[in-house]
Amino acid sequence: MSHGFFLWGAYSVTFVALALEVIFLFRRSRRAGPPRQIK
Amino acid sequence: MTQAMNSNSTVRWFWFASPQTFFPLAGSIARWCAVGAVLLALAGLYVGLVVAPTDAQQGEVYRIIFIHVPAAWMSMFIYLVMAGWAAIGLAFNTRLSFMMAQALAPTGALFTFIALWTGSLWGRPTWGTYWVWDARLTSELILLFLYLGFMALHAAIDDPRRADRASALLAIVGAVNVPIIYYSVLWWNTLHQGASVSLTRAPSMAATMLTGMLLMALAFWAYSIAAVLVRVRCIIRERE
Repeated sequence: MSHGFFLWGAYSVTFVALALEVIFLFRRSRRAGPPRQIK
Repeated sequence: MTQAMNSNSTVRWFWFASPQTFFPLAGSIARWCAVGAVLLALAGLYVGLVVAPTDAQQGEVYRIIFIHVPAAWMSMFIYLVMAGWAAIGLAFNTRLSFMMAQALAPTGALFTFIALWTGSLWGRPTWGTYWVWDARLTSELILLFLYLGFMALHAAIDDPRRADRASALLAIVGAVNVPIIYYSVLWWNTLHQGASVSLTRAPSMAATMLTGMLLMALAFWAYSIAAVLVRVRCIIRERE
């Protein structure tokens, strides 16, 4: 296999994983509701 | 903000230990760090993928270093910070410390996975294998299991305060693994190479390569701070 396969396999999975974390964080943030008075 | 300072201009840290006061501060810091992460990552990727020269021995595949090494650094550093917050939580019984430890674990696990994944894809063309049970790789895999164990233990206990304390103990005990990961290449004969960058000696790589790696490390730092602070804001809203 060419080096390009390993290089782009590493970069694509890394940035997809980071993007997924951001998406999950936004979804969790929306679920948690708007900021309210914290005790 | 002025309430956080006393007459001697020293920060009253316990003022920030309250989720109520920390919540807006975390939001502001997270926004700036998110912007910084994007800008630093763009600069790091440009230097790493465009400016840095091709390696004489490894060819183009060495460019995995620009995400592998920063991710590995973050995986270890985040664990130490998590164990630190857990220890502060146990010592002072502060809710926010346990929340910070809880918020750090998923991001730390993610960077550990990235370090293992990119290392595996780098190992195949350079070592001839995706995986070998040498000390560095095995101890890094144990770090991933510690993160997953921390999250699983916290999720398995219904009472949040008991979950905080139990998982904090696991985090503190597991911290012994971090120096083992770092020094494994010195203590044992490993296939993994030694440290590429050290504070005590000159770097063994070209200046542009080092610049790209440090830019990506800063980008991962900024990303981690932003992600953890957004998550801790979620935890505060869910628990308080």
